[in-house]
Amino acid sequence: MRFPSRPAVIAATAVLILTSCGTGTDSGSGSITLTIAANSIQGGKNSESATWIKQWVIPEFEKTHQNVKVLFQPSGVDDEQYKTKIALDLKSKAGADVIDVDGIWVGEFAQAGYIKPLTDVGGPAVDQWEGWSQIPQAVQGLGIFDGKKYGLPQGTDGRVLFYNKTLFKKAGLPDTWEPTSWQDIIDAGNKLKTAGVPVPIQINAGTAMGEATTMQGVLPLLAGAGSEIYADGKWTGASQAVKDVLGFYQQIYGGSGLGDPKLQQEAKGRDKSFAQFAQGKIGILAESDYFWRSVVEPNAGVAPMKDRDQVVGYTRIPAKEPGGGIRGQDHVSMSGGAVRVLNPFSKNPKLAWELLAFMHSAAATKSQLAGQVRISSRTDVNSEVLTADPMLKYIADEVLPTTAYRPGLAVYPQVSTALQEATAAVVSGTSADEAASAYQAKLEGLVGGAANIGG
Amino acid sequence: MNTDAAGLGKGRAVAFVLPALALIAVFLVFPALWTIYLGLTDYRLTGLAAANPQVVGLDNYTGALEDPRFLTSLWLTILYVGGSAIIGQAGLGFTLAWILRARTGPVRRIVEGVVLLSWILPSTVVGFLWFALLDRDEGTLNALLHTPGFAWLLDYPLLSIIIFNVWRGTAFSMMLYAAALENVPPSHLETARLAGASVPQQLRDVVFPRIRRHILTNLLLISLWTFNDFTPFVLTGGGPEGRSEILPVYVYRVALRDGQLGVGAAISFLILLINLVFALAYLRLLRGQRRQQEVAAAGGPPA
Repeated sequence: MRFPSRPAVIAATAVLILTSCGTGTDSGSGSITLTIAANSIQGGKNSESATWIKQWVIPEFEKTHQNVKVLFQPSGVDDEQYKTKIALDLKSKAGADVIDVDGIWVGEFAQAGYIKPLTDVGGPAVDQWEGWSQIPQAVQGLGIFDGKKYGLPQGTDGRVLFYNKTLFKKAGLPDTWEPTSWQDIIDAGNKLKTAGVPVPIQINAGTAMGEATTMQGVLPLLAGAGSEIYADGKWTGASQAVKDVLGFYQQIYGGSGLGDPKLQQEAKGRDKSFAQFAQGKIGILAESDYFWRSVVEPNAGVAPMKDRDQVVGYTRIPAKEPGGGIRGQDHVSMSGGAVRVLNPFSKNPKLAWELLAFMHSAAATKSQLAGQVRISSRTDVNSEVLTADPMLKYIADEVLPTTAYRPGLAVYPQVSTALQEATAAVVSGTSADEAASAYQAKLEGLVGGAANIGG
Repeated sequence: MNTDAAGLGKGRAVAFVLPALALIAVFLVFPALWTIYLGLTDYRLTGLAAANPQVVGLDNYTGALEDPRFLTSLWLTILYVGGSAIIGQAGLGFTLAWILRARTGPVRRIVEGVVLLSWILPSTVVGFLWFALLDRDEGTLNALLHTPGFAWLLDYPLLSIIIFNVWRGTAFSMMLYAAALENVPPSHLETARLAGASVPQQLRDVVFPRIRRHILTNLLLISLWTFNDFTPFVLTGGGPEGRSEILPVYVYRVALRDGQLGVGAAISFLILLINLVFALAYLRLLRGQRRQQEVAAAGGPPA
């Protein structure tokens, strides 16, 4: 083989260098550009929200701000990948002006200096914003770290068990299903299995699903076993509650045929589980209300079900036994929510805040909810629109009062990964006890020794 | 002997070389040194350690070398390079080149065209095509074989990506060997055939001695490429549970997904060292080969 001749290489390099110099700042026509970034894309993930930004937020904002051009930077990828992208953007002091992030990332982003308190970026206008009085304290907490407000919460969510009523009928299960213990779930799963349902139960597990495993699986179950992942300044190690949770996973994935272990290992397992539920192959699936409003939503969902309102049932996640949940509850849930933050490296921070505040105004929230009803952060809007959707009303009235939040600590995502690995081990055949002790060992390394771990 | 063949003088020679050296320093040497430095810190993508990384000495290196996942990953990479590059691509590439050497016309053009196509397609496109081929639920392969629900990517993740990479990269070896085989004088092969040498004997005694340097160069290049290949990520994402997590994917997971940039840098440096060992071993073999030839040429009759 002959390598290309040296003049050719030099010429090619020169061309590369010259062309790379060409991409500078734009010519400066006097107009200002603001950019919004979110993990949503028209025709894909969170399509409704992308449509709202493009068709309502941008034109309405540009109407009142003549010289401003607003751009939308869509994404439609796994949350972990989106997080990496945003972190790299902010690390290089670039990226969009208004950025959508998961509330749970606020702590680590703030510690890294990637985001700053809203008042530091947007100025005194931030504190005078009318919206604060409309956002309940617990929901504001999603955007708060170390007592400072870093982001505006978009709303919150709750976790339930979704079930397919058609399959339930086939298995002789009630139309209105109200399980009161984990055993009830297993029993229903067994009946579904006997009735020939391919995947009776889908509780997210494994590392491929990322945070969805922790949020839809481990943490609600842990709450149902009466324990929180972080309480009284200590992390929960290989306690009985953790072993119970892993034991429950084992009941489902350890050869009983109640769940599909392979689905948990696939690179696109979560998306597939959505598709399979929509195709009537999954009986019971644990998810947040996101599933209802963005996945099986009849028109714009990623796995739409035309007959969603008739076929898809939802019920609260039961504790292990009645009264066995955290705070002695019969039912449990976990909540999180996305927030919008300002890029501290924005060239037009004051204007960026105006855009952010505009996106969270009552009018904007209402317009967003017209496309997709969800529990917004504003009580004035919620009281008006939530009645339109019985599912969201159910979440607001029945689920949120029993819910719990994740600890907003920077090390949490790593603990979450350790929990995912523990479930992955159980799915691939390790015993619950072994997986629990491996988790304990990993946890000690993460949180600085056994002293920070509770029993 | 006058070493200044171009007649530039020292000053101008330096001036000509300087831009190139500056580029190398900025884009190659500096990042390499920076990686070494990062590898000694607890630098993270987010959190406190992103703002104020602390120097932790060799902890990242000892941590990586003790991490069973790193060692598994290294072993998987060796299997991947050995299986897909050294055995698969080089073997298949040579076989194709050997079979096609005497052929002309449409057969050769079609085979070359097909093999080349897999080489020039963008890797994300190819990755998606193979994902569609091997998928458990709606994969083409399962439809062809009537094995619905067989999870190729989950049950045989390493084998899947090895076959994928053989398919993807054979073109290079085939073309290189095809060119190399033209260096073998047909008269030598004919003489061997007349003397009654079988094909393996012809290969061993006539062909291989002639193209040995091509073989070594080819192996050097493809094993380095394959060692640093990230494309399997598109197919399996390193899963299930790390069973196809070759080193580049492992680094990606550690550094970007888990956000441990310091640890990732340390592992990258280890990979660099492994690559260097590879390269040095091959270069040594090559040099030994050249010296032998020089000796043979000096002793032999004038051409």
